[in-house]
Amino acid sequence: MNKKSLAINVEYLTRVEGHGNIVVNVKEGRLETCRLDIVEAPRLFEGMLRGRSLFEAQHITSRICGICSCGHTLASLQAAEDALGIVPSEQTIRLRKLLLYFEILDSHILHLYLLAAPDLLGVKSFVPLIDTHNKVVRRALRMKKACNEACEVLVGRHVHPISAVVGGFTKLPGERELDSLLHLLEGMRPDMEATVELASTFRFPEFERDTEYVALVSDDGEYPLLSGDIGSTDGIRMPKGEYRNITNEFIVPHSSAKHTKLSRGSYAVGSLARFNLNFRKLHPRAREVAAAMRMEPKCTNPYLNTAAQLIESVHCLEEALQTVRVLKERGVDRDEAVLVGLNERSAVPVRAGSGIGAVEVPRGVLFHHYEVDDRGIIVNANCSIPTNQNLSNIEHDMEKLVPEILAKSEEEITLALEMLVRAYDPCISCSTHMLNVRFVDR
Amino acid sequence: MKRPTVAFYDFACCEGCQLQVANLGEDLLDVLDIVEVVEFREVMSEKWDRNVDVAVVEGSITNAHAVGRITEIRKKAGVLIAYGSCATIGGVNGMKNRFDPDDIRKYVYGDRYKLFPSERTKAVHQVVPVDYFVNGCPVYPPEFIQVLRAVLQGTTYPVPDFAVCVECKLNENVCMYERGVTCLGPVTRAGCNSWCINNGNICYGCRGMVSNPNEKGTRAVLDKYGISGELIRNKMSMYNMCSEQDPA
Repeated sequence: MNKKSLAINVEYLTRVEGHGNIVVNVKEGRLETCRLDIVEAPRLFEGMLRGRSLFEAQHITSRICGICSCGHTLASLQAAEDALGIVPSEQTIRLRKLLLYFEILDSHILHLYLLAAPDLLGVKSFVPLIDTHNKVVRRALRMKKACNEACEVLVGRHVHPISAVVGGFTKLPGERELDSLLHLLEGMRPDMEATVELASTFRFPEFERDTEYVALVSDDGEYPLLSGDIGSTDGIRMPKGEYRNITNEFIVPHSSAKHTKLSRGSYAVGSLARFNLNFRKLHPRAREVAAAMRMEPKCTNPYLNTAAQLIESVHCLEEALQTVRVLKERGVDRDEAVLVGLNERSAVPVRAGSGIGAVEVPRGVLFHHYEVDDRGIIVNANCSIPTNQNLSNIEHDMEKLVPEILAKSEEEITLALEMLVRAYDPCISCSTHMLNVRFVDR
Repeated sequence: MKRPTVAFYDFACCEGCQLQVANLGEDLLDVLDIVEVVEFREVMSEKWDRNVDVAVVEGSITNAHAVGRITEIRKKAGVLIAYGSCATIGGVNGMKNRFDPDDIRKYVYGDRYKLFPSERTKAVHQVVPVDYFVNGCPVYPPEFIQVLRAVLQGTTYPVPDFAVCVECKLNENVCMYERGVTCLGPVTRAGCNSWCINNGNICYGCRGMVSNPNEKGTRAVLDKYGISGELIRNKMSMYNMCSEQDPA
């Protein structure tokens, strides 16, 4: 047995969204501490929402996170409409799905190229790649920009979308806008193929740990992102109304983000969870990419969440293209545009009640839950964030990984841990309501 | 000539304004030709502990640890830019100031709330001197480029001090009041090219109030459309709860 002692202490893990530290302490071969400290300043969104109008909730909660602001928007609108008893039109649902495809594409591309790829190419960030891999960097920025422009066309901008509101959209795309979306998406196809080729050269670390995976599931043929029940690879299935029985949130002292657990000590959400639960519903081209990477469910190497993101990116691009084609064919009824403001003119009938939104956002399933009074003012709010749901699972991965790689140098161990945490693509701003590696003194 | 060094730092925020930099697309490479980005934790592992020519600071100051960090950043920065509403006016983090600090932490974390320190939200200039302000939630990228240009040329950047309505009229939008909903455009600083109204939504006041709001005119508009002052005050409280005048 390796009698090594080790203290790793990564303060403010980089290339993740938000602030977290990795703390690992090994004494004479025995793992004593293995933590992911979440040191993001608490922002207390759920507390701040109290006393605000339900019609402001989307605007406020999209500010939980700059990367997944469209995801928060969609979960918030679903919760608000659930509370008010509004059933969105078919056109609204189609446009919201399109927004979600853009969001997942944008976020996965950011993670693949700017946050994860530097480790796999052995550099500290994309900046040195400007000289060594100029074409790759240009492609990444070009794809990112295309996603942004697509969001701009659909909802005004990607960071904090403007026109997606309770009841529908304040502005709807016309023929010209649909053509520009088609042009942007078709333009991304060769870049996506080049991305798949680049990813085929990546060597992901080998590590396996079986865990429970949780994602939305459904009985129809569609890869469920915006609707469905909550399912797990351990055979759980519950309607979204019972989400609290899925998350079972609890507080740990070293994290301003809450932890969760289900059938075991921890579970995982995100691209790999969706891949494991809904593989057969992926677009055929996405399944081809999975086959080329020799990935099939149930895949239990958490580092491959990044690979699952690539597979989902292919899926989302193809589905987005198909959605725009359908919209073009049927034409967008621009008379469905809504103007609600804060509903000061009571354009939308308001009632007391509660509503839940459950949406698959880039990092996993996101829940928003609001309770409102008869004036539509929020009296209670709860947001269960994908990164929170992954925190315990990441720590359990670290606990299994560290003893397995203890013979390596401290530098290599630190990098392996950083890469592990990054593979989950944590979003710490979101979760506080995350990341540095700290190896405590030997 | 040596390129000036630029570092990005973040405090309590959503990091969406930093993301706007990555969203510049290939234009970002042109910016990187003229400045050297030495630290940017969200997308880079490189660290820098020496002085920097330009510090770009996103987020609000919400606890003692943050006060310590921003004070150190100010000491080593030649020029400090407050970047985005959370930094310039407190932004949405300011809504917390409507509550008792202990009560709101108890609401979110239950009886173990003391584990997670959080104090009244402050904008950056309320803690250390700020040289340039880029307002907006999120920042409007063309304005950021304009500010960066001013910084590099050593000139000032006067933040627009006229109402969003001015830009909105030039964009030929139909007034939101005419369409039957209230909008904070008349009292909010311009510079965003009336982004939200162009997309069919109302102005939420994310850029802060103009220094001399036309109170009489605003009151006349509110009277004309039968809108209560309370509704407007409540709307203003979404972004503007950290202003020096606000006793709350």
